[in-house]
Formats: sequence, C-alpha cells, structure tokens
Amino acid sequence: MNTPAATSRPFAKFGYTLAALAVVLLVWQALTTWTGLIAATTFPTPLEVSVAMQQVGIEGYSNGRWHEHVLRSVLLVTMGFVVASAIGVALGLAMGASRTIEALVNPIFLLLRPIPPLAWIPLAIVWLGLGDAAKIMVIFFAAFVPSVINSFTGVRQIDKPIFEASAMLGVAGWRHWREVLIPGALPSIFTGLRLSLQASWTTLVAAELVGAIAGLGQILNQAAQDIYPAMIVVGMASVALCGWLMTLGLGWVEARVMPWKAA
Amino acid sequence: MMLQPRLDSGRFLALTALGGVSFLALWSAAAMAGLTSREFLPTPWDVVARFARLVVEPFAGYTLFEHLLSSFQRFGLGFVLAVLVGIPLGLLMAWFAWVDRLVSPCFEAVRFIAPIAWVPFAALWFGTGIGGPVLIIFMGAFPPVLINTYRGAKQVDRKYIEASQMLGASSLRSMTQVLLPAAVPSIVAGLRISAGLGWQSLVGAELIVASSGVGYLMVKGQAAVSTATVMSGMIAIGIVGILIDVGLRRVQQVIETRRGV
Repeated sequence: MNTPAATSRPFAKFGYTLAALAVVLLVWQALTTWTGLIAATTFPTPLEVSVAMQQVGIEGYSNGRWHEHVLRSVLLVTMGFVVASAIGVALGLAMGASRTIEALVNPIFLLLRPIPPLAWIPLAIVWLGLGDAAKIMVIFFAAFVPSVINSFTGVRQIDKPIFEASAMLGVAGWRHWREVLIPGALPSIFTGLRLSLQASWTTLVAAELVGAIAGLGQILNQAAQDIYPAMIVVGMASVALCGWLMTLGLGWVEARVMPWKAA
Repeated sequence: MMLQPRLDSGRFLALTALGGVSFLALWSAAAMAGLTSREFLPTPWDVVARFARLVVEPFAGYTLFEHLLSSFQRFGLGFVLAVLVGIPLGLLMAWFAWVDRLVSPCFEAVRFIAPIAWVPFAALWFGTGIGGPVLIIFMGAFPPVLINTYRGAKQVDRKYIEASQMLGASSLRSMTQVLLPAAVPSIVAGLRISAGLGWQSLVGAELIVASSGVGYLMVKGQAAVSTATVMSGMIAIGIVGILIDVGLRRVQQVIETRRGV
C-alpha cells in the first residue's frame, strides 16, 4: 500500500520500512527481554529466534537441515502446481472455447468448487496415507479449481470484435488457439495461477502440519510438540519467505510471457 | 474462427445432465467393481446414507448439526473480530499517513504467513479451547477487510474531505462520517472474500486444534478409515460455505441498490 507521495520518493518509503522494522524489533525486545511482560514460554525473544535459526540451519531439526526442509516443500508444491495448472488451464480454455464441453464438465465443477482446498486433506490421508502422494493430491485439488475457473472466464472475456476479425481473416484451428484464445485469456490465466500457487502453498503447509516426514510444515509440527516457540517463529518466517519468493517468481514469468502488459 | 454460439437451454441442460450422470456412473462403477473395499471407496448413495446417519446419530461426540454449530460459532467469532479490527485500522491508515507507513510493512510481512501456519501458536496459547481456531480464522479473514477498507477510504473524492474539514470536522468525525460511508461498498466486497477465506481457514484449524466441529468430524472419519464420513464432512463444509456467500451477496445487493450503484 503506497501513498502517491511515498512511491515518488523510493528512499523515503525505504526509510519508513526500516523504521517500522526497527520499531517492531525494539518493541519485541522490550516486551520479551527487558520487561518480561510476555513470558518466554509464550513468545520467544529475538535472541532465542536467532539461536533457533542457527540450530536448524547448521545442526538440523526434525529430520533435516533448513535447506532440506525448504527444498522438499518447494519441490512438492512446484510439482503439484505445474501438473494441476497445466491440466486446469487446458480444461478451462477448452470449456471457454466450446459450450458443449462447458455443459458437460460443469456439473462436476459445481461439486468441486465449494470444497475448500484444506478439506481435501483428510480424504487424501485416507486414500494415500501420509506420504508424498497424498500431498500431491491435495495440492492438485487446491491448484486445479482456480486455474480452470480463471482460464474459462479469460476466454469468455475476450472482446467479440477480436473473434469477428479473426473469423474474417480466416484464422482457424491451432492458429486460432495460439493467436486468439490463449493471448486473450492470458491476463486472467495468470490471475488464476497466482491464486492457485497461493492455495497450493497454504494447503501443503497444512498437509505437512497434519503429518509428514519432512518439510516446513513438519518443522512447525515438531516445534509445536516440543513447545519450542523460537522454532515456531523460524518455521512461520520460512513459510512466509518461500511463499513470497514463489509469488515473485511467478510475477517474473508473467512479465516474460506478457511483455505487452509490462507496467 | 468464432466462438461457438450459445446452446439453447434444452441442449445445455441435456448435456449437463449427461455430464453429471456419467460422473456419478463412473464413480459408482469404480466403487462397485470390487477393486477396493466399500469403506475405502464408497458409492455416491453410501455417502448420502452416511450423511443422513450423521444428521441423526452422534459421531465423534456430536451430531452433524452440533458439529456445524460449533464450527459456525468459531467462524462467527473470528470473522467479527477481523471486522472490528480491520475496519478501524483501515480507516486510520487511510486518514493518517504515518499510521499507514508504519503498519503497511508489518502487514505486508504478516500477510505472507499462511493462516494455517499460526496453528502451532494457536495450540501453544489456547490449547484446544475456542481461542485457537478463532486466531486462525482471524488471520485468514483479516487481510481482505483491512485492504478493502483502506482502498475504499482512499478513493473518497477529495472535495468531500475538504468540505468536511472546512466545516470543522475532527479527524474522528471525518473518518466515521466521510470515509466510512464512502468506503462501504468496497468494505462489503472485502467481507465476502474474508468470509470465504475465514471459513476455509476454520476447516484447516479444526483438522488440527479442535475437539468438535466439522473439521474434527472429518479427522475422526479419517482415523476410522471411513471415506463416507470424510466426504459427508466435505459436503457439509461446501454447503455452509455456499450459504455464507449467498447471505453476504444479498447484503451486498441491498446496499448497492440503496445507494443506486
């Protein structure tokens, strides 16, 4: 959220961000260490958090070191997300292009759509246990629905004159898809992909919290069982950091794929 | 090439029915083929029967409606808290630039933490009491309320603010009588998103930190390897989610027609 004044002076904005950070750190340090208003068993001190960071980074915690947990979670999400969104976007585009396909697939979709992604977790565990297969199933359903819906509406939002022009110019078959449908739907497709990615990440963390061998959710789970607040903070920060970096990554892809939309 | 022209409603309905029936038929066939037990993959009518049983017979301590009721109470509490904190904070951020500059970076950082990642602290701070799930719902529902209040209040026409200031309105009155009314449509749109996210987060929370509620019912169904129970829970969650959204959409329509949008 930027006020116009702040965006025109990036250094001022940066300064305020630093100030906010400093205030938070000071208040945190004051509340936990200097005054002890918040007990260390409720929320860790900054020092404890840095110790926990070193512990998970160097010695490892809960079956692995930090980068191993991160790598595992990020790889799982990427796999599930890529598969689900590839199928989802293709299906959404087909539903957008053909009203027959739309009518056929719609009832299944009406069933799937209102079910929150997290609600698939128990079903995945019943069917596939606590391993990676269950995680991929959960991520699949989380990512699938938004990518279908947004690809579908993307096609339907293309201006009618564009279709008329392409019809007049005799564009058909594969070219119709590559030069009319897909570029026209791209902005909406990416809206869907962003939602998909977010849902996948949240759902994976939840699934790992319920049960896993490794991964960021597993760090959180283990830290909760060990009543180790500093490690909980490290786990939460890692979840946020990875989510943020993946969103940035998707934004980078978006800018490459749609150079005409560069802000 | 043109887009396929609209199908007439008879054809559309026939195709929809065909799609739905073939989905159910495939599912039933897979369940009846005897590849796995009916417990593991129930037929659609098994699920309906299980749903009906859950309505009358207690499972995991309560009947389905009692579970839904306790879920809904938690949801209501978390949602109301998100509204009570989000709207005033959004107005303050829109009115005082320094509040905006201090809160925004913290908010942006916290927003990237998935609501479900608060589960360990929810458990640590509240045990399995009502506070844990409420915290998680709050974390899910809070951001859209704040963002939409802020955006709505920022879009107020400058001349109204200037007029109110010229007439000597205090900051408090400017916020409550100029910014707030102007931001209402945006706020209500945010509430719909909030309610959806809050309901989703609740389900996740109940999978882990609760001893009643639909999520808890599903966990117990999962432990008993009763797919039909898990699916009944999914159906119940879906239906309540739809009802919440329909209710808020009604509110949105009423407000928009009153304002002549």
